[in-house]
Amino acid sequence: MADLLTVQGLETRFRTREGMVHAVNGVSFALREGETLGIVGESGCGKSVSVLSMLRLIPTPPGKVVAGSAIYQGKDLLKMTDEEIRQIRGSQISMVFQDPMTSFNPVLTIGRQVAEPLEIHQGYNRAMAYERAAEMLNMVGIPRAKERLGDYPHQFSGGMRQRVMIAMALICTPQILIADEPTTALDVTIQAQIVELVKRLRDELGMAIIWITHDLGIIAGLADRVNVMYGGYIIEEAPVKELYTNPQHPYTIGLLNSLPRMDETDHRRLASIDGLPPVLLEKPGYCPFAPRCHLAVERCWNENPSLLRVGDQHTTACWVDPGTGRERQ
Amino acid sequence: MGRYVARRLIYLFVVLFAVSAITFGLMHAVPGGPFDKEKALPAEIIRNLEKRYHLDEPLLNQYLRYVKEVFVPEFSTTKFSSNFEDDALFKFKIGGVYVKWMNFGPSYASRSRTVNDIFRQQLPISIQLGLMALLVAIIIGMPLGIIAALKQNTIFDYISMSVAIFGVSVPVIILGPVLIWIFAVTLKWLPATGWGSKPPYLLGFLPTSMGWNFFKYAIMPPVALGLASSAIIARLTRASLLQVVREDYVRTARAKGLQERLVITRHALKNSLIPVVTILGPMFAALVTGTFVTETVFGIPGMGKYFVISITNRDYPVIMGTILLYAVFLVIANLIVDILYAYLDPRIRYD
Ligand SMILES: Nc1ncnc2c1ncn2[C@@H]1O[C@H](COP(=O)(O)OP(=O)(O)OP(=O)(O)O)[C@@H](O)[C@H]1O
Ligand SMILES: [Mg+2]
Repeated sequence: MADLLTVQGLETRFRTREGMVHAVNGVSFALREGETLGIVGESGCGKSVSVLSMLRLIPTPPGKVVAGSAIYQGKDLLKMTDEEIRQIRGSQISMVFQDPMTSFNPVLTIGRQVAEPLEIHQGYNRAMAYERAAEMLNMVGIPRAKERLGDYPHQFSGGMRQRVMIAMALICTPQILIADEPTTALDVTIQAQIVELVKRLRDELGMAIIWITHDLGIIAGLADRVNVMYGGYIIEEAPVKELYTNPQHPYTIGLLNSLPRMDETDHRRLASIDGLPPVLLEKPGYCPFAPRCHLAVERCWNENPSLLRVGDQHTTACWVDPGTGRERQ
Repeated sequence: MGRYVARRLIYLFVVLFAVSAITFGLMHAVPGGPFDKEKALPAEIIRNLEKRYHLDEPLLNQYLRYVKEVFVPEFSTTKFSSNFEDDALFKFKIGGVYVKWMNFGPSYASRSRTVNDIFRQQLPISIQLGLMALLVAIIIGMPLGIIAALKQNTIFDYISMSVAIFGVSVPVIILGPVLIWIFAVTLKWLPATGWGSKPPYLLGFLPTSMGWNFFKYAIMPPVALGLASSAIIARLTRASLLQVVREDYVRTARAKGLQERLVITRHALKNSLIPVVTILGPMFAALVTGTFVTETVFGIPGMGKYFVISITNRDYPVIMGTILLYAVFLVIANLIVDILYAYLDPRIRYD
């Protein structure tokens, strides 16, 4: 299928008191039509910043996208006028955020907020937009949707609020839905419901999804392909099955080992990855994972690997073959 | 909400009792009395005066008498006289019965007047001045704060905040004469002194006509009085808006593709006004009660003078009356703020 969105060499930095934070360091990926792409990685590795950079939602200052392109329908999102990108946000590319509590305006009704994208992008009048909003809320499973349009965000539970957020993001039937850890703030049972909901909506509406999470478990049944990020880099990219069965980066292997597994009969302790995520104050001349990597060889300390092809659709940024523990040829 | 307001009004009475008891106690604890002037009166006359005003009775009796006069309505089948003993803030007739309520007593210092006269004639002027000053504070303060926040760290921000700092640092006693010198003496646009409204007042405090004859007096004094408050509002608005534009929901609004204008007006402003509104209550009370200097500079026949002089004169009824009144102001102003608060923030529900 054709690429819907192509991101090339995206680089974003923040000027902070401690120095320049290199949050995203040359991220490249493509999103195909109707595909679901997972982005995983631990907290602070630059997942949010990369997608926010694409939509130009980085607070500037202190943040700045210093390089890269994000081509959507033949145009670079990063070079558009403010007005052009505004018309794409919320109508063609929508976002769902992590915290459904703080991501809604507390002083406006749900109806008002859900209907808003229709009013600005598609010229609906208030009454029509509300009617459509009620349909959309119904679709995401809000009971008595019509009556609840007049309620305020605090009158909904966390899970319900996230459903409303999804309704709001999808109300203009966008081509791309970006979900930035939409389940992290929710109970485990609610998480599963939200994932199921998004799957169903994807089948009904056919949008492509970028699903950000730090939980590889969640996207196993949801994503087609997965990007693993570490320290502002994509360090492995593979179709989801391939990634689970044949991980090629020690960090990915570490992430997978830290997942609880249903088929495991002995209750061994979950493995964790030793060490701390990197401080992004400088762009290292070595592999950013090397300090925590038990397979690191001399080359890892001298040269930061870029993505190497290791399979049909599988790339990884690692000098070492974790199967043999020796440098790749 | 109705129940909440009722509860707050009951609470108001509790506050008034506490304030009246404390004020009464303090007032009598301070050495000196209303009739010891520099030029001492003969002892005989002082005794007569004290007898007339019941100052020779035990303190508790005096206090209870005061409470009764002020809080307990009196009924009569005949019309009340116009003597000070029969004076009252509220006098009316219901089905053949005459009722009077809230007699705050005579002023010892200006013997021809009662405290109620001061409330009827001077207080409305101070309220008008305070309200206008609050209006000035809001009209100047909020836009300055909003501009400063939206154009953070630009020349607009610096200019707005310089104006704000100027506002807090220049006292009325300097600003007032400067304004008079510019607009009254040099340009001759506005009268230097006086006030443009007279009794009777609408609802007891609003001027009946609001034409130029009112406003020409009501420009400089409110500006002089309100500028410092406008500076406070400007700084608070700026800080609050800067905080709000970093909130997640503002990012959500942008992510939905709202025009920047709508992001600010619809999603940021209302939220950022919540903390600003909370200070308007105490601010209004402070403005109404803090009119003394402004009234003196601009020759306004308001309440401030009576309040200040009453204390040096030990004019007990005036002290009690004004302080109780100021307590009422504070409580009512805060009540209005709380109601506004619930209107601005749907998460807040009383009852
Ligand atoms: N406004 C900001 N100012 C300064 N630094 C920032 C800002 N936003 C993000 N960063 C930095 O950019 C880096 C990447 O942050 P990002 O939010 O993308 O992480 P993440 O992968 O989304 O993590 P999480 O799972 O916690 O959401 C972090 O080191 C963070 O400190
Ligand atoms: Mg994030």
